[in-house]
Amino acid sequence: MEIKLVFLWTDMLIYLLLLSAIGFAVYSIRFEHLRSPWRQVAHNRLAMVAGFVLFCYIIIGLCDSIHFQERAADEKGQIVKDSQGGIIYKPDVLSVLDILVTSIRENTEDSYSAPLATHSYSMKNITLPDGKQIRTYAKLKYEGKHLFGTDKVGMDVFYRALKGIRTGIVIGTLTTLIMLPFAIMTGIMAGYFKGWVDDLIQYIYTTLSSIPGVLLIASAILMLQVYMDTHADRFENIIIRADTRLFFLCVILGVSSWTGLCRILRGETLKLMEMEYVQASMALGVGHFKILLKHIIPNIMHIVLISVVLDFSGLVLAEAVLSYVGVGVDPTMESWGNMINAARLELAREPIVWWNLAAAFILMFGLVLSANLFADAVRDAFDPRLRTK
Amino acid sequence: MKMNNDPLLSVKDLRTCFRTTNGLARAVDGISFDIPAGKTLALVGESGCGKSVTALSIMRLIQEPAGYIAGDRIIFQGQDLLKLSKRKMREIRGNRISMIFQEPMTSLNPVMTIGEQIMEVIQLHRGLSKKEALGLAVEMLNQVKIPDPAIRISEYPHQLSGGMKQRVMIAIALSCEPDLLIADEPTTSLDVTVQAQILMLMKELQQKEGTAILLITHDIAVVYEVADYITVMYAGRAIEQAKRSRFFRHACHPYTTRLFESLPSMDKRNEQLSTIPGRVPDPTRYPEGCRFADRCHLAFDRCNKEDPKMRFIEKGHSIACHLENAPAISTATATITRKTEGRATYTSSPLVSVKDLKIYYPIRKGLLKSIVGHVKAVDGIDISIGQGETLALVGESGCGKTTMGRGILRLIDITCGTIHFNNIDIMHISGSKLRRLRKDMQIMFQDPYGSLNPRMMVNQIISEGLISQGIGGNKKERDNIVKELMDQVGLDPGMIHRYPHEFSGGQRQRIGIARFLAVKPKFVVCDEVTSALDVSVQAQILNLLKTLQQREDLSYLFITHNLSVVTYIADLVAVMYLGKIVERGTIREVFDTPGHPYTQALLAASPCIGEDGRKKIFLEGEVPSPVNPPEGCHFHPRCPKVMPGCRKVYPGQYSLSETHSTRCWLYE
Repeated sequence: MEIKLVFLWTDMLIYLLLLSAIGFAVYSIRFEHLRSPWRQVAHNRLAMVAGFVLFCYIIIGLCDSIHFQERAADEKGQIVKDSQGGIIYKPDVLSVLDILVTSIRENTEDSYSAPLATHSYSMKNITLPDGKQIRTYAKLKYEGKHLFGTDKVGMDVFYRALKGIRTGIVIGTLTTLIMLPFAIMTGIMAGYFKGWVDDLIQYIYTTLSSIPGVLLIASAILMLQVYMDTHADRFENIIIRADTRLFFLCVILGVSSWTGLCRILRGETLKLMEMEYVQASMALGVGHFKILLKHIIPNIMHIVLISVVLDFSGLVLAEAVLSYVGVGVDPTMESWGNMINAARLELAREPIVWWNLAAAFILMFGLVLSANLFADAVRDAFDPRLRTK
Repeated sequence: MKMNNDPLLSVKDLRTCFRTTNGLARAVDGISFDIPAGKTLALVGESGCGKSVTALSIMRLIQEPAGYIAGDRIIFQGQDLLKLSKRKMREIRGNRISMIFQEPMTSLNPVMTIGEQIMEVIQLHRGLSKKEALGLAVEMLNQVKIPDPAIRISEYPHQLSGGMKQRVMIAIALSCEPDLLIADEPTTSLDVTVQAQILMLMKELQQKEGTAILLITHDIAVVYEVADYITVMYAGRAIEQAKRSRFFRHACHPYTTRLFESLPSMDKRNEQLSTIPGRVPDPTRYPEGCRFADRCHLAFDRCNKEDPKMRFIEKGHSIACHLENAPAISTATATITRKTEGRATYTSSPLVSVKDLKIYYPIRKGLLKSIVGHVKAVDGIDISIGQGETLALVGESGCGKTTMGRGILRLIDITCGTIHFNNIDIMHISGSKLRRLRKDMQIMFQDPYGSLNPRMMVNQIISEGLISQGIGGNKKERDNIVKELMDQVGLDPGMIHRYPHEFSGGQRQRIGIARFLAVKPKFVVCDEVTSALDVSVQAQILNLLKTLQQREDLSYLFITHNLSVVTYIADLVAVMYLGKIVERGTIREVFDTPGHPYTQALLAASPCIGEDGRKKIFLEGEVPSPVNPPEGCHFHPRCPKVMPGCRKVYPGQYSLSETHSTRCWLYE
């Protein structure tokens, strides 16, 4: 089967992040002061369980971040070509995860069914073979195979929740990736150069942080939406459209959240500048860039690491809230926020449909809890005050 | 004072252990001592030998469950403190036994007024009404000689100076008229003139109230001033106990004698200080025999096999040593032998010459941050240092010595003045030229923990200067230079790939020395380099600095508050007070015939062994804030010889000899 890989913005950034994480790990192994805290994390049983759960989520997210299109084929399996003999691809973009869970993805029912149910959730008119019509709970096509039931159009809820993992992880990590270089650079520049540089940076972040975050995000997303509607031709298909919106959501979340870290780093740099080893290297005639690189950055890295891990769970939750409000990810995109948003109506009907909400809740809870537990262990390991030796 | 035969506190074979990841740490391992009522016992020793843990054990303040007292008995006024219930113990704490700590900044609660803090203790233990307690609190402040106690009582800790805070701590400790006061390094963080005031106060109060004092200190000179009995601690044990009169003449444990010999002083100027090699053994792994054996210069076979017991060598003097006739110290009886100055001073063209150096910090206020005044940290200073000379800059904290040291190297911005280094005007050269010149002038710092980047390995730290100055071609060459340097400063070159936290304080200072030596400087600013170290380690570092000076013909600007270090290492001395140099001259001139009243007071205040009949000059108050220095001579509010003219104009410089000058109206 011939396929064409589709490179989405967020996919590429995710893999860039993965590469830099591997790079950091390789770098850490060489240095004892970076290696020993991780060893301490590895000795913490709870952290390792949380880490394992987190690892599973990440693997699912990564699988869901390799996208491709299959070549279009007719009913007989013959490859279809367009009038000039060019290649035609199917309009729907799939991911590796979709292939791995094909059975769940394609086992669709007609409408709602409760978790692990054998019959549909509402009564239907069924024509019996003898021509009689009865109104009853129809047998499902795939009895007892829907872990979290199915939604209104018969899609498996578990599948939708699995697809939500990627959205959550993208928001949680890319946002930090986007804001991190900016926060580190401005933070240490403000602390190191002081004077007017410090004044300028402080002015910018005080202004930014006094704009209500939701307002900033809503207006940015609305502007993007208008742009996408007027330039519809620039977006090949619906997936790319949704991805662009997700990417911009990350950017705007990053812009509104770098100020906190920047402020902490500025303070820390000011503190480090008074350290005698920084003064000693100034006395040795070491240049600014080298001092920043050798003395300042390695000594603020633990703060960066801690804040990245702590911010992650906050951002995953923020996505849910923003999507619920309607300024989050694209409504067509699978995300926990959208699932919760849809569940609003389902909870209002009688009998209520609760499994959409429950599935989103359980998966989100698992991710955030394991991220928090892991973050706690990482923070404790890197905190010099708690260091046993 | 009534005396009965039972001592007030009798500690018998006290043992305190801590569970650590490396095993059981026996921080205090069988110490016994008695304190008679109304007397002072000093517990002396280097850091890490269990002094503070002993004090905390008596108070039963050991953090459980990590630590526990396995000890035998602590008999206080006839009852065993270790057998009391927690509630009973609380009644004794702060009431019958109270404690003052080293750091007055953190021992007081910043959100309570000092009055509330004193009254809290009084009301708790004495059951007085609020009004009575207030009256008593005012009286207590009066007793510790805080001026205007009725006004001061409603002030918060940040409104008081360090010395005042320590007085408040003493007032709190004494407010319930305890029978025993435990003072854990009570004057270590204070300036000498303030230290003298506090020690005097403690002595006076002791005579008046009959309080016994357990004084914990590392400073033998302080012990000489106040103690009646002395116990020397080493590795969790007492190794020598004696009365003061006997101790300072006949102390004879090899450790004690070595400690005395490692104290720097003027008499030892032309010799190396004796040092104690190695370090205090790890409390989790004490050696089998004598714990001092591997560092002892007199150790013999038996010392490594058999643990010496405390034995009396005379009435009231016991040691834990196998030596039958251990040689006693000679310091206390030594008369000052005058040696001629070895070095001619004031060479014709000085290496460093500073003229009218001023470093002001603007004080900004208001919405527009307009400048409303200046902190004159350094206010018009001239100094010059010749090749191979050591100039000591002496003064109390806040007088601007550190700012001065960094200003000379242009590590901080200078308001005005000229600095010539090797006849190059470094005030007016470009940044890149200055950066190249930096290899000739270096700095070394006080804090052995803060001066090395914890994230860099030793070879990276030492080779930093090599890289920035382009010395040594590739990494291998540089590593060889680093190894050579480590060897020079007495570090094992095999430890090149270790991180700073794996070294002791003294070793870290050696790394600091290797770092500046790497670029082969001509001039080094040594900023309080030994004040964080124990005396025996201090001696090692001073020896090293002196040897290096002779070999490399280095010039030092030695910034310190420790006068005995100055007499040992410096050729010239300049005394600073509030941003100005008040007196300068050769060591002999300044220390033998001090001209300025401040210098006289400083010399008198610093505790000194073997000078009993010395007249003490007690300065009132503390160094005023440099934001608002007093009109006229800055010293006049504290000066015992103040004249009306002093209040108006700052005195000019008056020469007492070719090299000796002072700024005081007395010499007009």
